[in-house]
Amino acid sequence: MKFGVIVFPGSNCDHDAYHVISKHVGQPVDFIWHRDTNLDLYDALIIPGGFSYGDYLRAGALARFSPVMDSVKKFAASGRFVLGICNGFQILCEAGLLPGALIRNRDLHFICEHVFVRVETSDTPFTNEMERGSVLQLPIAHAEGNYVCDDQTLATLQQDDRIVVRYCDRNGEITKAANPNGARDNIAGICNRKRNVLGLMPHPERACEDLLGSSDGRDIFRSLAATLAAVA
Amino acid sequence: MKAKVYVSLKPGILDPQGKAIQHSVELLGFDGISDVRQGKYFEISLADTGEPEAARESVSRMAREVLSNPIIEDYRVEIEA
Repeated sequence: MKFGVIVFPGSNCDHDAYHVISKHVGQPVDFIWHRDTNLDLYDALIIPGGFSYGDYLRAGALARFSPVMDSVKKFAASGRFVLGICNGFQILCEAGLLPGALIRNRDLHFICEHVFVRVETSDTPFTNEMERGSVLQLPIAHAEGNYVCDDQTLATLQQDDRIVVRYCDRNGEITKAANPNGARDNIAGICNRKRNVLGLMPHPERACEDLLGSSDGRDIFRSLAATLAAVA
Repeated sequence: MKAKVYVSLKPGILDPQGKAIQHSVELLGFDGISDVRQGKYFEISLADTGEPEAARESVSRMAREVLSNPIIEDYRVEIEA
């Protein structure tokens, strides 16, 4: 199984993602410059966090027009796996690969802290090694993480079991106080209809070593690696 | 020819920046303000084709596909000869 980490001008979590894949997942991984368009070699892509194009216009809005993104759309359509983290989630929404949008945090601040999220479904390639209801401690670092969508989209996400992680307190209770940014329905991450594309605001790649305060993020990469091993 | 594009958040989409600005303006002593919404404004210089309707159509597409995110924003286009 081979992983690719896409690098846009302004990506800054690309090395963290690369480190986790090579060190903890123990699989080959390449950086893919945003001007490259050949993704044939890869089984899974990570669209990392950062400030692609300086967040000009809207977070993720300009990265959508990078040459690699047409290939990413075809890659996703082929059923292979795409994980968008933070700015990567914003890019996936702007590109129309995931529904909804991420707007300025409710309280305006850039928030950089550890939060808790509850795994709402184990029926995704990214969470299938976890129990539904598992609580993960993961860091967030964003100014635009407030997930918005219309009522119809929310109902569809709920009916199709596509809300993958939601902000919760340390006991796994979904509360308003545990919602750091005002996201609708405490949504921290969603997947597409085919379930092979996941976007989430928290950073699992920054939570894979106890030294960093949490290693809960490993479960997401462990799930993805198990999925890839099963389809290989 | 010049195009002006105004992009604003749809009604109902939270605008914490607008709220913060309103608060500051009120601190300055301006009263009677019921709401402030912050938006974006673009000026686009166009080749003078003498076809304002074609220009409007083209800039509207630009506004729809790039300058605004239709999930959260509305846009308005003005063409100046």
